[in-house]
Amino acid sequence: MKTCLVVDDSRVIRKVARRVLEDIGFEIAEAADGMEALAWCRAAMPDAVLLDWNMPVMNGLEFLRNLRAEPGGDTPKVVFCTVESSVDHIRAALDAGADEYIMKPFDGEIIQAKFAEAGLL
Amino acid sequence: MTPEDLDLLAALGRARAGVRVEIEKPYLIESRLSPLARREGYESIDALIGALRANREDRLIWAIVEALCRGETTFFNGRETFAALRDDVLPALSQRRRESPIRIWSAACATGQEVYSIAIAAHEAPNLTTGTRFEFFGSDLSERALEKAQAGLYTQFEVQRGLPIRMLIKYFENHDDTWAISPRIRQMVRWRRLNLLADLSAMGRFDVILLRGVLRGMDASLRGKVVEALVALLPADGVLVVDREDDVSDFEGDLIAAPGDTGIYLRDPSVRAAAAA
Repeated sequence: MKTCLVVDDSRVIRKVARRVLEDIGFEIAEAADGMEALAWCRAAMPDAVLLDWNMPVMNGLEFLRNLRAEPGGDTPKVVFCTVESSVDHIRAALDAGADEYIMKPFDGEIIQAKFAEAGLL
Repeated sequence: MTPEDLDLLAALGRARAGVRVEIEKPYLIESRLSPLARREGYESIDALIGALRANREDRLIWAIVEALCRGETTFFNGRETFAALRDDVLPALSQRRRESPIRIWSAACATGQEVYSIAIAAHEAPNLTTGTRFEFFGSDLSERALEKAQAGLYTQFEVQRGLPIRMLIKYFENHDDTWAISPRIRQMVRWRRLNLLADLSAMGRFDVILLRGVLRGMDASLRGKVVEALVALLPADGVLVVDREDDVSDFEGDLIAAPGDTGIYLRDPSVRAAAAA
């Protein structure tokens, strides 16, 4: 079973995302900020990361840059999931190594389509 | 809506557009007719249908038929299909056409996602012969759908269905919550309102015809007629693209499925052999 780390400071969003991703066959771990997510990844690299941008302690973009510098950190597919929808934000995310990008609000169909686009399904 | 009302709607859909109105799903019909009723100033769907029965006014009949046939569509609907068009079909046509334009028609383009997707695919296609030119056409029964298609403006939800993020930032501009297809793509497409049951023989030749989201909702007796009329517009090396689940087995001999379950059909087997060689 593929694993997905859901990183968002909102418990509600994590819960919604967990339900959608479990339905399409992922095993889920959760983290509430980038630092916590990095600790998860150091312990066990997931196959996928669903990543919020704005979070306390360490934001999504910093997490992604750190992740890609870790040993084995280039393997997880990273899908941003954020309210940030400007082209500048999207470019910055892609430049830092994101594979796909979801603009909130999202629904299950969008998550599924974007995960397929990232080669995860 | 009474059973008689549903029968009337079914008869109109069949006669005017060859479309099978799903009278077993009255909720679906209601969801499509209630915005129309409101727009036309009727208090309810029943009042709308009452006016239809009383006047049989052609404009209102068409407005109802359009609402009943409104297609739903997404960008790059069928990723494998568009990948095959981009990587195989368009480069092969480009080799053979050289200077003359490759003409592509989205025959039921709804709100435009399909024709813009194929235009983007053409931009992204590898190994095109220098000087390859494309012409894109979008047609639909619904004037309202065409208006939206022509405007090229999509919501954040719409651009997240099927469109890879890199394609979004490359081919769209963001204005608040709206995404506009870039003018260089939009200006490549010509539009017209068209009923596929009309005489299509004057449409000219098309190298690629996309007919998706259409056949499954069409009256069985008319499916063959429409496919036949479109196939007649394809040159020997032309391509028809239908939905994967559509059955075009009546055209065995005229149409050969391309490899992979993509809904892409080739007209001439010898061209297929040459392409594979």
